[in-house]
Amino acid sequence: MKTIKELEEIRKKTLDVVNQRKDRTTTRIVVGMATCGIAAGARPVLLAIMDEVSKLGLSDVIVAQTGCIGLCRLEPIVEVIKPGEEKVTYIKMTPEKARRIVKEHVVEGKVVDEYVMHVVDGKVLNDYSVQND
Amino acid sequence: MRELSLHIMDIIENSISAKATLICLEIIEDKNNDILKIIVKDNGCGIDEQDIERVKDPFVTSRKTRKVGLGIPLFEAACLRCEGRLNIKSKKGKGTEIEALMKYSHIDRAPLGRIEDTIVSILLYPQLDIEYRHVVNDKEFIFDSREIKKVIGEDLTLPNILQWIKEYIKEGIEEIGGGVY
Ligand SMILES: Nc1ncnc2c1ncn2[C@@H]1O[C@H](COP(=O)(O)OP(=O)(O)OP(=O)(O)O)[C@@H](O)[C@H]1O
Ligand code: FES
Ligand SMILES: [Mg+2]
Repeated sequence: MKTIKELEEIRKKTLDVVNQRKDRTTTRIVVGMATCGIAAGARPVLLAIMDEVSKLGLSDVIVAQTGCIGLCRLEPIVEVIKPGEEKVTYIKMTPEKARRIVKEHVVEGKVVDEYVMHVVDGKVLNDYSVQND
Repeated sequence: MRELSLHIMDIIENSISAKATLICLEIIEDKNNDILKIIVKDNGCGIDEQDIERVKDPFVTSRKTRKVGLGIPLFEAACLRCEGRLNIKSKKGKGTEIEALMKYSHIDRAPLGRIEDTIVSILLYPQLDIEYRHVVNDKEFIFDSREIKKVIGEDLTLPNILQWIKEYIKEGIEEIGGGVY
C-alpha cells in the first residue's frame, strides 16, 4: 500500500529540485490536449514522457499540457522548448517516439529530425494525411 | 474514444479552458441498479443560459481554431449509445456541472479505463485542484489534491510525485473493485 509517509520521503528528496527549478531556466515539454489530441492518443504520449523524465531523473525539465495547438490532423503534437533555442514541434507522436525525443533531444541535445514538423511557405510538408485525402 | 476516462479528461479540459480552479469528479458504479454515473463539476466561468442546450450541437464552440466543438457531443453520443443521457447544468460566473448516465451493463458502454492517468495529466496544471470520489456499490474511494498539497506543498507537478499519486489512485480504485470494466 502507498502511504503518505512515502510521500513525505519523496518530498524531502525533491525539495532541492523544487528550489533549483525556481532559479534555473528549464526545458519545457508540452503536449497538446484538445479533443482531437486526446482522441489521437495524446494521453499515453504524455504519460510516457512523464515516465521517461522521472526514470532518467531529469530534474530541470517541466512537463506540461496545453489545450489546442491548432493542427488537429497532426496530433498528437509535442513541443520541446529549450532555453535559448527555437521551439521544436513534433507531430504524430506515439509513446515510443516521445520517449526517444526525451532521450535524444532533451538529454543529448540532438533534435529527432524525422518527427519534426517542417513548414515551408505556410504549408506543412510532412503532412501525409493531407496528401492522401 | 476508447475509454470513458478519456472523455472525462476532455470534459475537464473544458473546465480548464473556463478558468476553473477546482474540479469535482464523481464516478458512481451502481451495479445494483445497473447505472454508471459520472459527474464533473467545476467553478469555471459557466455557460450562458441560452447556450446550455446548444453546446450539445457540434457547431457550437467558443474555440477559434476550428468551427466545431466535439468534446460534449462525443460524450453525449457515448451516453445515448447505451441507453443513457448527458445533463448539463451551468450558471454564468458560478460554474458548470456535466452529468453522464449510462446503463452499466450495456454492451456498447466503453470501459472506464485509466482514471489515474487522467487525474495526473490534469494535475500538471499547478493552479488546479481536483476532488475525486469513486463509489462502487457501498464502497468508496476519495482523493483530494488539496490534502496532498497540505503534506508536500503547492508543487505537485514533479514527475516522481505524480508517479506516486498515480499509483496511489490506482490502488485505491482496485481496493473498491472499481474501474474493472
Ligand atoms: N465547463 C465548461 N465551462 C464553461 N463553458 C464550457 C464548459 N464546457 C463546455 N463549455 C462551452 O461549450 C463549448 C462546447 O464544448 P465542446 O467540448 O463540445 O467543444 P470545444 O471545447 O469548443 O472543442 P473541442 O472539445 O472539440 O476541443 C465550448 O466551446 C465552451 O464554450
Ligand atoms: S483542436 Fe485540434 S489541435 Fe487544436
Ligand atoms: Mg472541449
